[in-house]
Order: sequence, then C-alpha cells, then structure tokens
Amino acid sequence: MLAAPAVTAAAAGSGAPALAWLAELAGAPLPTRREEDWRFTDLAALAAIPAGFASPAAGQPVDPWSGLNLPAGVTRLTGPAAEAQLGTALAASGCDQHWPVRLNGGACPALLVLKVEGDAGSLELPLPVSAAEGVVAWRLLLVLEPGARLELLQVPAPAPGQRQLLSLVSEVVLGAGARLQLGCLAQGHTHAALLHHLAVRQASGSELQATLVSSGWGLARHEPRVVQEQGAARTRLLGLQRVDGRQLADTHSFVRFDGPDGELDQLHKAVADGSGRSVFNGAVQVPRLAQRTNAAQLSRTLLLSDRARIDTKPQLEIVADDVKCAHGATVSQLQSEELFYLRSRGIDAATAAGLLQRAFCHEVLRELPAAAHRHDPLTALLGAA
Amino acid sequence: MSAVIRPDAPVLLEIRDLHASVENQPILKGVNLTIRAGEIHAVMGRNGSGKSTLSKVLAGHPAYTVTGGSVLYRGENLLDLDPEQRSRIGLFLGFQYPVEIPGVSNLEFLRVATNARRKERGDEELDTFAFEDVVRERLSVVQMDPAFLDRSVNEGFSGGEKKRNEILQMALLEPVVAILDETDSGLDIDALRIVAGGVNQLSSPDNSTLLITHYQRLLDLITPDAVHVMAAGRILRSGGKDLALELERSGYEWVDAELARLDGEAAPQPAAPQPLEVA
Ligand SMILES: Nc1ncnc2c1ncn2[C@@H]1O[C@H](COP(=O)(O)OP(=O)(O)O)[C@@H](O)[C@H]1O
Ligand SMILES: [Mg+2]
Repeated sequence: MLAAPAVTAAAAGSGAPALAWLAELAGAPLPTRREEDWRFTDLAALAAIPAGFASPAAGQPVDPWSGLNLPAGVTRLTGPAAEAQLGTALAASGCDQHWPVRLNGGACPALLVLKVEGDAGSLELPLPVSAAEGVVAWRLLLVLEPGARLELLQVPAPAPGQRQLLSLVSEVVLGAGARLQLGCLAQGHTHAALLHHLAVRQASGSELQATLVSSGWGLARHEPRVVQEQGAARTRLLGLQRVDGRQLADTHSFVRFDGPDGELDQLHKAVADGSGRSVFNGAVQVPRLAQRTNAAQLSRTLLLSDRARIDTKPQLEIVADDVKCAHGATVSQLQSEELFYLRSRGIDAATAAGLLQRAFCHEVLRELPAAAHRHDPLTALLGAA
Repeated sequence: MSAVIRPDAPVLLEIRDLHASVENQPILKGVNLTIRAGEIHAVMGRNGSGKSTLSKVLAGHPAYTVTGGSVLYRGENLLDLDPEQRSRIGLFLGFQYPVEIPGVSNLEFLRVATNARRKERGDEELDTFAFEDVVRERLSVVQMDPAFLDRSVNEGFSGGEKKRNEILQMALLEPVVAILDETDSGLDIDALRIVAGGVNQLSSPDNSTLLITHYQRLLDLITPDAVHVMAAGRILRSGGKDLALELERSGYEWVDAELARLDGEAAPQPAAPQPLEVA
C-alpha cells in the first residue's frame, strides 16, 4: 500500500525544480487554485522547499519509533495485522486520492500502527526531523478497540530555520464506545510547510475530540475528516490557527453522518496578523438517513491587521429533515473597551493586546491533552506577543 | 478655582476649563475642579450630564478628544500621558461598567497591574507567590471571596461583585487620586456598606477621592468635603455636603432654569466659583 519513493533526493538533483519532484512523489500534479478545494491556498509556495528528504535517515525506510515507550493497553502492530485497516479511514472519508495524502504515500513515510485496548492513558508521539532540508513524512494508524480510551498528542515541528515540508497523515478507527482525545500542537516557522490529514471512522457510541493548533508556518493545511459510520457518536473538533507576516494557514474540515443521532460540536478560531491569510472551510454532510443529527459549527476570527485576509465558509449539506444544525462565523478586532480597561490599570498597550490575544486562544488551547502543557502552548503559539 | 477646603494641602488634581468631545459631539463644556490632598469630592448630576465622560477623559480613553482647557496632576500635564502611564503614577478610575474579559485570569490581571504600579514607584515586582499573599490580605478590604481570583476578569460577576473587584484593584494600586464612577449603583445595602467601608479605609491625608454618584445614600457612608452638581457638561454649582441633601429634597428642576439662564448670556462664562467654608 505504501509505495517506495519514486525518486530519491540524489536522483532529483539539486537543480531539479522542487515542484516537479513533489508531483513525481505524489504521482499527480499539484492541485491548482482553479480547484475549489485549493481556491485560496497556492501550493506553488512549496517551490521553496528543496528536493530531498529531511527524515532522520534521509529517505531510507528507518523506523523512528523503534524505541518508543508505549503505555499499557497500546500495542504496535506490524506486517499483515498492521496493513489490514490501513487506508480504510482515508477511503471512508473520501480523501485517499487527495494530493497531500498521495504525496505522503510517495514520500516513504515512517509508519506506525497502534492497537489500543482498555483505558490506555496518554501518549505523546515524537515526530523526529533531521537538520536537512526537504520533505519528511509520517503515517499513523490508531485502532481503538470497543470501549478503549486514549489521549494522544502530536507536536510536529520543523528544524529551526530549515526549509522543510512536513507531511503527516493520521488515520483513526474508533470502535463502539471508544474515546480518543487527540491534540496536534504544530508550531512552525516561515520557511516550513505542514500538510496534515486526519481521517477518522467512528462507530456508534464513540467519542472523538480533536484539537488542531498551528502557528508560524509559511504554509499550513489541516484536513480533519470524520465519518460517523452509524451515527450516534460524538465528535468535537477544535481548531486554532495563527498567521502573521505573509503566512498562510488553511483548515478544511469534513464531517459526514452515515446514521441517525450523531453529534458534532465544532469551534474553529483564527488569529490573523500582518499580511497573513487564514482560510477555514467546514463541510458537514447530513444525508437523509442521519435523522436527529445535532451539529453546531462556529468560526471565530480575530483580525489584528487590515492587511490580513480571511476566507471562512461553512458548507452544510443537510438533506435529513429532523436535524438541529447551527453555524456561525464572526470576525472581530481587539475590543477597544477591553484594551482601555487593561491600559487604565497600568498595563501597556502591547501587553494588553497580548493578554487579549492569549485569552482568545485559551478557549481552544485548554482542550489540548494535558501533556501539551509541557510545551507551553501559549508561548509556542504567540511567540513574543 | 473651585472650593478651597484644605488651603494648605498640596493640589493633586487641577481641572481648568476642560472641554472634550466624542465623535465630534462636544460633551464637556468648561469643567473646573481643584482637588487637594486629603479631600473627598462628590460629583452629582442627572444621567447624560457628562460625569462618566469627565472620568474617561481624566483616565485617557482614546475615544474622547480634549478640545480645550488643561488638567494638572500634581503639577504635571496629565493630558500628555497614555492611560497606562496615568495609572502608574497614581490615577485610578473605578468604572461605572467594569469590563468583562473572558480568558484573562483575574489573579494574573491584578498581578500585572499591581506590578506596573510598583515598578513606577521603584518597588520590587511581585512574583506569583508573593502576590498571592498581598492580594489575600487586600481581599479583606472588600470582603471578597478568594474564588473570584481564579475566574476570568469580571466574567459572570454580578453587578456588586464587579464593583467590589474595582475597589480591590484600588486597594492594590494605592492610587493618589481615585475617581469612582457610580461605584454605588447596583449595590444592595450590605454591599454598599462594604464598598463604602473599603473607600474610607483607603482614604488618607495624602490621597483624594472623586466620587461620582446619583444618590445621597453613598454620601451617608462616605462624608464628602465638597459636592458639585454637573449639568450639560459643566459644574453648575458647588457646595458642602449639605448640597447633596438639598438635591435629595428638591431634585434637579432648578438646573434647567440655571442652564436656560446660562444659555441666554451672550458669552457663556464658566460658572463663577462660590467660596466655601471648611467642612
Ligand atoms: N462613547 C460615546 N459615544 C457617543 N456618545 C457618548 C459617548 N460617551 C458619552 N456620550 C454622550 O455624552 C453625554 C454624557 O454621557 P455620560 O458622560 O455617560 O453621562 P453621565 O455619566 O453623567 O450619565 C450623553 O449624551 C452620552 O450619550
Ligand atoms: Mg455615567
């Protein structure tokens, strides 16, 4: 299922255009802005990433997780057992042919398949990169057996100052009544790009909470995609992205209810500063068989600069008639009364603005798994702000 | 300019012929007021007379533009300073409507504010632990439950809790001039006693307080040295604490007649100050 890299870094040669190399890895040309899904996000920016691999063993199929300490209840699967459910969540959520997923498959991803039984506590998954420039790819499959529980934290981070493209594809299969709290805390820098797909199949009675946070990337794209296969499950999606300078962050989410009585609670927040660009597209599909679905989606943007751009769009397709679907989008600036209140207490304008920004972000950051506190997510997100 | 109550005490705040507008609408039309150390002044007046505008202008709210006059704070031009600088050197505004700030911890807010003031005075800044000790001691001034420290600034606080939080801030910042804008409104009698007790406790011969209020009932608990009546953006009349009682009895009807008389004058002059007896 996972193809060996079509081209090696050496074969690509340092002079070869990176975009052609990436297209070759993916086995498909890069999507262009003429495609609806990529209208606001121009992957041509990836031309700045040098052809080559930035995984610790530079394109060799080395296992970065061989020494990983797994909590009780979590087993690593290999061989046919591992392959059995690989790709099923991608296919079920309709993204197995998405370009970032194809790129991931072509870029010789490090592969980790975990089976989770019982209450397994929490796990932080390291995502190591080398100091070299180029592409690094990981693929993860988590299978939670019925009733299993896990908290999982991923902290993808590029090597400082290096032009790297991080490609992360996570698949999750949640058995009946299983519960996953997943967090992705992704702090990048302007020379780095992140392409992140999260595909989830939920059985009835299962609960998913996914909190995806990113800031600082030249380009970051998150695609959380969830299918409630029998409905009657709970999905909570939380997102927070921050852009400054000329950065771009894009979240395209997708949730489909393939049965009745499902619940979705989605909050997406964005902070747009400088000449940054923030994109949010939230697709929710409620077909006829998904009666009594209860879905709420809210997008909130804090606009800190008049040069920043935001494009936010709910995309609700509701066919069932007995449903509750609420959605809203707000764009606001720092509230002048709040700022004045803080300043009237001796807090200078910049510190006051920083406090208010932190407050805005806190609502999402507090939902990250507890293990995230070690990484001081606020500082990671806001830098010096 | 106005009432001289403690002629030997240093002047802390001197407002001269202050004019200010908001959204190009003139609101303050020549306010004069002098406050000396140790004095408590009360400003009364109907809704819309410009009391909150005066307090916001003094605190430096950016929405208000000063179009004329001057304000000296201990001899220094106050209007040149940013709001944060005014607070650090000892000016405090207790808000009529304290602002809710979801996500900002009250404790953290109080600590950052206190440290800004301490730094200006050359005092050592307090870390989280040292500050907790200080704040717990100050909570007693307003009999506030420490649980309010762990919540977001004013979020979900009742009207009375917000006002107590304002006085707690005053207790921490130890201002030289405190302006309390309708700190009494929305308080039940017990909360009013607590808040008034806090203000009395914080008053000293070295500082001064400007109470903005609608009601005599606050002035039963905090005895003012001077009472000023504001109307249409200026101070129409000043007097001793008896003026508040008189207003309570006879209301503000006379104000309209007075304003009509002033408007009738060819060149409106600031109301001539009446000399006052020492209270
Ligand atoms: N931010 C503002 N924008 C527009 N008008 C204002 C603003 N603040 C005050 N005003 C107007 O100024 C006048 C005085 O208001 P205010 O100072 O709040 O009076 P008071 O506190 O005495 O009730 C009112 O007519 C009010 O509508
Ligand atoms: Mg008012």
